[in-house]
Amino acid sequence: MFELLIFFLPASLLIIGALIVVFAKNPVHNAMGLVMTLVSLAIIYITLNATFVAMVQMLVYAGAVMTLFLFVIMMIGVDKKEQTSDSIKGQTFLVSGVFLILMSLLAYVAVNSEFSWNLWFPAVEYVVEGTPQLIAGTLFTTWIFPFEIISILLIVATAAAIALAYDSKIRNKDA
Amino acid sequence: MSTELIIALIKANIVLGVLLTNTILLIWFERKLVAGMQSRVGPDRAGPFGILQTVADAIKLMLKEQILPLKADRAMYLLAPIVALVPSFLIFMIIPLGPNLNIEFGGENYIVEFVGADLNVGVLYFLALSSIAVYSVVLAGWSSGSKYPLLGGVRASAQMISYEAAMGLALVPVILYSGSLSLVDIVDSQAGNLSSSIPILNSIVSFIPKWNVFPQFVAFGIFFIAAVAEVNRAPFDLVEAEQELVGGFHTEYSGFRFAMFFLAEYINMFNMCAITATFFLGGWLGPTFDNFLPPFLSSIMPIIWLGVKTFSLLFIFVWIRATLPRLRYDQLMELGWKRLIPASLVWLILSAVVLGLREFGLPWS
Repeated sequence: MFELLIFFLPASLLIIGALIVVFAKNPVHNAMGLVMTLVSLAIIYITLNATFVAMVQMLVYAGAVMTLFLFVIMMIGVDKKEQTSDSIKGQTFLVSGVFLILMSLLAYVAVNSEFSWNLWFPAVEYVVEGTPQLIAGTLFTTWIFPFEIISILLIVATAAAIALAYDSKIRNKDA
Repeated sequence: MSTELIIALIKANIVLGVLLTNTILLIWFERKLVAGMQSRVGPDRAGPFGILQTVADAIKLMLKEQILPLKADRAMYLLAPIVALVPSFLIFMIIPLGPNLNIEFGGENYIVEFVGADLNVGVLYFLALSSIAVYSVVLAGWSSGSKYPLLGGVRASAQMISYEAAMGLALVPVILYSGSLSLVDIVDSQAGNLSSSIPILNSIVSFIPKWNVFPQFVAFGIFFIAAVAEVNRAPFDLVEAEQELVGGFHTEYSGFRFAMFFLAEYINMFNMCAITATFFLGGWLGPTFDNFLPPFLSSIMPIIWLGVKTFSLLFIFVWIRATLPRLRYDQLMELGWKRLIPASLVWLILSAVVLGLREFGLPWS
């Protein structure tokens, strides 16, 4: 009973948050819906014993990324009405059609596969506590190469962003 | 109901009570202290030495009318004070208050950990929740539908994001030294006294406790500055600069909702000092005087030590507030991004090198 509550409460909050992201008219409400989704997902991670992933989810997505989103939304100004009419003719029907096709594909695969429908909490003997040591051990041995590649990619992106934002003419005038 | 659940409920209630009483004390402590530093008397009417002044203020705020501005975004306006208050209560749950307790109850022995929850990712939990607290300021500023709170909110979000980075980076060397993300382990790793391989030096430093503040003094400095900025206290209180912003993000709030922001600010201040004491000043560690104190008193000595350390840090918080003028906004950003973050990165690399040398020796030997 207690476990049921602990699963269904964050799960339903997650779905409600996702619906707010799609349907709310005000950008700030959209952003807060996304925060709700991310935090509920973190709670579900905790119930699956992945505490480290849950905390990183809270820290990086809910804490940093979404704050920046909100910051940008507030700076640009939320008073402007969102465009509600279709910019491409019939885009609503197009998107709904694609969505339906994808969903039916997913349902078809799910029904026909060997997928186990036992969505309950994993039995106790299989539970692995998601400690930082465990994740670091895997990340810095098996996956060290992709990890380093990603760090180079991020540095390139940062350098590129600075290069784009840096206006050498204005700088030289100051100096 | 299982025993664990009952223990957790009791702990949660104790935390609630401790934090609320503490805030009452803390506001009085601050007002008296600032008054003394400015040669004033301070609150002295309600109760002995004015100690009940905060209670009177709280009752006044609860009875006041709560105004909902016409242009406010209703849902977000009501949500913001709650978002401010919840993380501040949750952060206190991970601060260890003492060693494990043995409690005999109904003929059975229970070992109660003297901490709300010993998480193996405690440091990340603290950082995650303090970053959630940013939302309250941003939402309150935006949802009020007025320009002064909006300016306060935008300033606050920029400030809190900037100083969070420095704060997190200053904690990494401490984690390296302790080898754990759990606050209980971090306190345990600070037990005992310093030692040195050089005999003469050893005889001097062996009297000093092995607190992280001694090997990690730079990290302590950076963390403390970032902590002051993170809880929006003077000299970093641009968020609610009264002279420029009429009161900042909570200008449009009144009555009990305003009190909730006020409460959250003071609880955050207390939490930040308790966390600093835990990371750098040995937490609850200290002599318990087992030999000449009755067992009951010596068993609560850890809490007293943590309280003494926390309130010494709070004294410094108030002292800074009474002494230093407010920073200008560009100075604030420059201090955060151009001084604190590079300094913490350099210090992190230095401590990692020292730890590596101590662990593995010189690379060529």
